[in-house]
Amino acid sequence: MNPPVLEASDLVKRFPVRHGLTRRLVGHVTAVDGVSLCVEPGQTLGVVGESGCGKSTVARLLTRLVEPTSGTIRVAGRELTALDEVALRPVRRDLQMVFQDPFSSLNPRQTVQQILASPYLYQGLKPKEPVEELLERVGLRPEHAARYPHEFSGGQAQRVGIARALAPRPKLVVCDEPVSALDVSVQAQILNLLKDLQEEYGLAYVFIAHDLGVVRQISARVAVMYLGAIVETADRDTLFSHAAHPYTHALLSAVPLPDPDAERSRERITLRGDLPSPLHPPSGCPFRTRCPKAADRCAAERPALQAIATGHEVACHYPEPLSAERTS
Amino acid sequence: MILYALRRLAAAAAILLVICAATFAIFYLMPADPAQGACGKACSPERIAQIRATLGLNHSVVTQFRDYLVGIVAGRTYGTGAQVVSCPFPCLGFSFQTNEPVWRMLTDRLPVSVSIAVGAAVLWLAVGVTAGVVSALCRGSLWDRAAMVAALGGVSLPIYFTALVLQYLLVVKAGLLPYPQAVSLTADPVGWAESMVMPWIALAMLYAGVYARITRGEMLESLGQNYVRTARAKGLPEPTVLRRHALRPALMPIVTIFGMDLGALLGGALITESVFGLPGVGKLAADAINSADQPVILGVTLFAAGFVVLANVSVDLVYAALDPRVRAVG
Amino acid sequence: MTLLTVRGLSVDFLSGVRAVDGLDLELAAGRVLGVVGESGSGKSVTSLAVMGLLPPDARVTGEVRFDGRELNGVGQRTLRGLRGNRIAMIFQDPLSCLNPYYPVGFQVAEAYRAHRRAGRRAAHRVAVRMLERVGIPEPERRARAYPHEFSGGMRQRVMIAMALCLEPDLLIADEPTTALDVTVQAQILDLLRDLRERSGTAIMLITHDMGVVAGLADDVVVMYGGRAVERGTVRDVFYRPRETYTKGLLACVPRVDGPLPVRLPTLRTPVTAAGEASEVTV
Repeated sequence: MNPPVLEASDLVKRFPVRHGLTRRLVGHVTAVDGVSLCVEPGQTLGVVGESGCGKSTVARLLTRLVEPTSGTIRVAGRELTALDEVALRPVRRDLQMVFQDPFSSLNPRQTVQQILASPYLYQGLKPKEPVEELLERVGLRPEHAARYPHEFSGGQAQRVGIARALAPRPKLVVCDEPVSALDVSVQAQILNLLKDLQEEYGLAYVFIAHDLGVVRQISARVAVMYLGAIVETADRDTLFSHAAHPYTHALLSAVPLPDPDAERSRERITLRGDLPSPLHPPSGCPFRTRCPKAADRCAAERPALQAIATGHEVACHYPEPLSAERTS
Repeated sequence: MILYALRRLAAAAAILLVICAATFAIFYLMPADPAQGACGKACSPERIAQIRATLGLNHSVVTQFRDYLVGIVAGRTYGTGAQVVSCPFPCLGFSFQTNEPVWRMLTDRLPVSVSIAVGAAVLWLAVGVTAGVVSALCRGSLWDRAAMVAALGGVSLPIYFTALVLQYLLVVKAGLLPYPQAVSLTADPVGWAESMVMPWIALAMLYAGVYARITRGEMLESLGQNYVRTARAKGLPEPTVLRRHALRPALMPIVTIFGMDLGALLGGALITESVFGLPGVGKLAADAINSADQPVILGVTLFAAGFVVLANVSVDLVYAALDPRVRAVG
Repeated sequence: MTLLTVRGLSVDFLSGVRAVDGLDLELAAGRVLGVVGESGSGKSVTSLAVMGLLPPDARVTGEVRFDGRELNGVGQRTLRGLRGNRIAMIFQDPLSCLNPYYPVGFQVAEAYRAHRRAGRRAAHRVAVRMLERVGIPEPERRARAYPHEFSGGMRQRVMIAMALCLEPDLLIADEPTTALDVTVQAQILDLLRDLRERSGTAIMLITHDMGVVAGLADDVVVMYGGRAVERGTVRDVFYRPRETYTKGLLACVPRVDGPLPVRLPTLRTPVTAAGEASEVTV
């Protein structure tokens, strides 16, 4: 088997919280709390969770846009965290990112031609293929090269964003909510495009999203995050049909189904309350304050991520039995 | 909230100390000898030496600065032996020109400056904010365009020009008003108002334009807010929508600049007072600069800086009282 | 009984954009009408046109009859009497829709006082009761808190309390759960379902999310380019769609259940008079 294209282990990111005139340190927010990920070449890992769960910080850690507090990241076997800016540059080619809002992540004063050619300029390399060909790969027309980002619709601009990520021929693309700003019809086109490009170039994706349907559509494996930590990870079909963590269950049962009869007849687990403040996380299991199954043990002891079957790990003291059918 | 106020005040005190040190340093580094300035042109070397001793100029700069600070907070004495001159709290020294205590010179002139500043502020707030609100509501109308052109005119005309034009028109041509002079508000309210009208108008013309433009911009922004739409969707009467949901948020930035502007003016409107010949703090500063009266210049600078810092603190506190989000951050 | 009838509604903006193009809608008392469409379909503009809340550069033509009364072209006075009172509205982003300078209890009470003779105290009591009804814990204390001290879901509950405090006949909900996380969205949808059963308020539910419509609506109108391209009961539209656009819209949503397509079907858009629908922001 090929070595994993990305291997992150025990990533932690704490942001200091400062207060008052002297900016004295009053505490830390642990945005990412011991996250480990592994992505095989050509595979897609979906990371799903609600706002504030730390999934976007994970994306920024993986691409080293944010420095981790601790933990290691290996890209194609190379330790990333030890490298300085200069040594990092060639690795960055292997590791690209697609953002949620294509308009704010593309320089409004550059034409598409300039945007797509600049990575080579900075790296002092020759482009691998002409910009026109790159544009056709992502479903745009060659004459689009002369246009500026604001002249595109949201879907087209996201195609430019994808072309920009694709230009240095990376091994891995980290996509942070790449379709959540788009209409469903455009969203479908972009998801299809990402799948096509994956096959053509053997790309691996880390696909971060809040929409479970989207994650199911594109991922081979899925990790569910809650309050900075992974609470469950499994291959796609297992996760969507045999979820073991109560939070995964609640998430799945909360997604409204575009099917009136099924939607009205199914039993729903509605979570009470809101996400706890990451400044004062609950003791023990982070999910216990909203968990329908919470018991005394959950407050006392934090459950570790443990394998309950091959490739299926859950951080819960009382996971659903494996034979259980989905709730919806 | 109280903790927040105390912290802001502590910060203000620190800023004042820094300003104090900076001003003192500038005067210390100036080539002119303060003793020479105090003594006048024809002065014997013995006399200068004596003055140096009295003013403490032989001490190191640090000692001098310390003595100066002690004087401000507790009063001090100059000289030794038979020639002791006591300078009670708050001591800013004595004028080289008149030998008056600087603090008394400042407090004597303060009422004039306050009269000018407060009166002008009321005028420009009323005119500027009203014009800005009306402009925003009738955006693009003839009134809006005319008001904005007038505002630009008001901002760009220098105050000595408007002041002279006003004096020529109102005093010389029309004879409506007397030449401005220092009249006490309590002794002669009508005479006071007659003397102040022209400086008020002159200053207000300068500021009203700025306020009208800012109010218009802020008002247009708040009118576009979603909560204004919510207020209309609730079926609130339009005047309530405008006052509560559009004007109140729009006035928040006005509070900030108003505090700063008023604070700066309370420390003396230098040009206005000079042009109209009104003996305020600003006029005192202008005169002191002309005669190189160092203790007075130092005193006026600190006095004015004090007002600006105080205004800043007040703005912060008012802001915290008005904006729940600032209160929460503390 | 028909509560709201829209006939031949068109909305033109000064910029030349026709956002709504001859739209017909009908909503009976106590029913839930789902209006679905993608951005630029004119669904939000339609809701604002019914409320009379469009900006001055919009020209509205056609009929908007509410409870037998024509609303298009009547004075602001008449509209104001209906708004908040008999037709209430909630919006997509509850944070920006609440005034940050006033406590939420005041903002709910304000809606009540706009239409009922009530003192501050009495209106405040109504507000606290409403906050309790929409599931805000410790309503007496929370009524004195400001919008920024609430979570997104709680803010939307405040908006709903504000909208329902006068027991309106019609609630227009414009993307009420789009800005919320999925578990919070489920809470708000539960609340809307519950309130509808208890109060019998008719709801015009505007959304892009087919799942939200499937769970809440009795009837559905699918909009594209300012027009209704398909209408019917929720079961008709979801199980027996006639238009290719509706079929495509249903098929291109990635789902968490059922068979997994390798590629998502893409949408063929219907041809409209205006050609390509342009994006309209209000």
